[in-house]
Amino acid sequence: MSARDEILRRVRSALDGVSPVVEVPPAPRAPDRGDLADLFAERVADYRAVVTRCAADEVERVVRDVLGSARAVVPPGLGLDVPGALIDDGLTAAELDDLDAVVTRAAVGIAETGTIVLDHADDQGRRAITLVPDLHVCIVDASQVVADVPDAIALLDPARPLTWISGPSATSDIELDRVEGVHGPRTLHVVLVG
Amino acid sequence: MSGTFVGMPAFPTAAREALGDTQLRRNLAHATRVIRDKRAQVVAEVEDWEELRLAGAAVKEVALRDLATHLETLEASLTRAGATVHWARDAEEACAIVASVTKAHGVDEVVKVKSMATAEIGLNEALEAEGIAAWETDLAELIVQLGDDLPSHILVPAIHRNRAEIREIFLRRMGDVGRPAPADLTDEPAILAAAARTHLREKFLRAKVAVSGANFAVAETGTLVVVESEGNGRMCLTLPEVLVSVVGIEKVVATWADLDPLLRLLPRSSTGERMNPYTSTWSGVTPGDGPQEVHVVLLDNGRTRALADDVGRQALRCIRCSACLNVCPVYERVGGHAYGSVYPGPIGAILNPLLHGVADEQTASLPYASSLCGACFDVCPVRIDIPSVLVDQRAAVVDQHRGDRLPKPEALAMKAAAWAFSDARRLAWAERASGLAGRVIGRFSRTSLPGGRAAAGRLPGPAAGWTGARDLPAPPEESFRAWWDRTDGGRR
Repeated sequence: MSARDEILRRVRSALDGVSPVVEVPPAPRAPDRGDLADLFAERVADYRAVVTRCAADEVERVVRDVLGSARAVVPPGLGLDVPGALIDDGLTAAELDDLDAVVTRAAVGIAETGTIVLDHADDQGRRAITLVPDLHVCIVDASQVVADVPDAIALLDPARPLTWISGPSATSDIELDRVEGVHGPRTLHVVLVG
Repeated sequence: MSGTFVGMPAFPTAAREALGDTQLRRNLAHATRVIRDKRAQVVAEVEDWEELRLAGAAVKEVALRDLATHLETLEASLTRAGATVHWARDAEEACAIVASVTKAHGVDEVVKVKSMATAEIGLNEALEAEGIAAWETDLAELIVQLGDDLPSHILVPAIHRNRAEIREIFLRRMGDVGRPAPADLTDEPAILAAAARTHLREKFLRAKVAVSGANFAVAETGTLVVVESEGNGRMCLTLPEVLVSVVGIEKVVATWADLDPLLRLLPRSSTGERMNPYTSTWSGVTPGDGPQEVHVVLLDNGRTRALADDVGRQALRCIRCSACLNVCPVYERVGGHAYGSVYPGPIGAILNPLLHGVADEQTASLPYASSLCGACFDVCPVRIDIPSVLVDQRAAVVDQHRGDRLPKPEALAMKAAAWAFSDARRLAWAERASGLAGRVIGRFSRTSLPGGRAAAGRLPGPAAGWTGARDLPAPPEESFRAWWDRTDGGRR
């Protein structure tokens, strides 16, 4: 008997006579906490990420100021002029490692947890470009911010790879003392528009 | 390479040794207190935490009660999404699959995301025997691996090490396996983390094959989920060409929406955060993005044994948050090594016996490594009633020894009690004997309990196991039945 058939047989025999019916209570929802964009900005900042709020016509200038002289990579569909930035056309990991920053948009923002979710569409690019450079500038539109995790799950397409980001990379592995910045970008700068 | 738990002594022996290590006790007391406080704070923020726990327990229970169906659905959706699905009955089969995938690509190293399943099956040692180096990339796992040490906590495997010890390990060992630590390394956590970043980056950039586990596997969509903090997981899941994920069959949830309560419960229970820094999800192969060859190994290794246990089945709901370790008064004092397994603490005390049975002495000692205080059940995000399973496993240990040719003293005592209690004359005789013992202890004992009642100190012989750590109260000189006879129920 193949391992597959053997395991499935063991599972069926273990559950012989066990009713598969389970009553699933609905997961509770967080109470209304007021303006979602405000809460999102506050909670993102709690992770020691940097948050800048601006109007739609200021985004280009804000991004330019944040980047300064950093050499950046951008996804092909960013839809924003970033002077001097490389447009990703399949750069290798080593090439990305030589760059300082990446500018992307996001798919969803979650207010309750201060999370941005990337679904790696054309305005966010491949997973590698938001991982290897040390500074991630992420542009989130206020209209993309939802209240809580279940709202995000309902909007997101599981067929796409997803990356949920809550603050810069961090570890608490040494005496449970939180340190920001390990392997992922050590600085996360969220530009919240509108 | 890391050490192994094989040949560890039973819990009482290992615990006695751990209790003598004052450095260990200081490290543990500090770490568990910090994480307990953090968890309490973010859990208090969620108004309907109890309802969330009920929802989380229910979605895991749904998946477990119809596991065969969900596994077949998962296999089909993974295959549709371009992944290759393997099945492994036990640790040996799982390790062989990972080794053969690695060898097929002609490489002699893999990078690893922290994974309990691969630690459980001893994958690193198995790969080493095949000439393949497995680099742990989680900071705590790296500390354990470089220190030839054993993990002692589910979330923070190096919780027993303090910053000075970690600095020493990095200085001594990093150069042997790659980029050395800078000579001026200090014991600042940020500096130590930066040393790990530099040390591992070259490994991430050149790795062809990565090995991961998964926190959840969604049957309907074929999606695997890895929840992490440092970004080492993202590195392993994104940069290499080939990804092999070893997933216990109990990690399955039925639907994409089922992730909701679990993704809210896990970070708050585990690291005490509203959300962990990074969660990655992927469904098979995405053309042009990430690994283009994706393997998933579905692992049994005792899980179907646990599934068949009506009381213990709930332990398979575990999402490996480690909240039960952090609140456990036993774990806080003895640490993780004493449990002799990659799964320590209260969950380990039930999971190991359920997965492997209680035939060996070490595993059989685990259900007793608890005061049954119930703190673990209170914090468990998926409501595993650990104390009830512990008691049930203690019964399993007793059952295991029913046929022994040489019965244990406890079994003899129980037999004697049954004999005495089943006959009124024999009971009266036993009561007279115990009254006599009470008079003797009352007269000669120098031990007394709070309130003044006399007690026996340490007794010799088979009773030493019980009285070595407990005072035995002196039995009353007159039994209830003798008193009733003498006073006609208090009327005389």
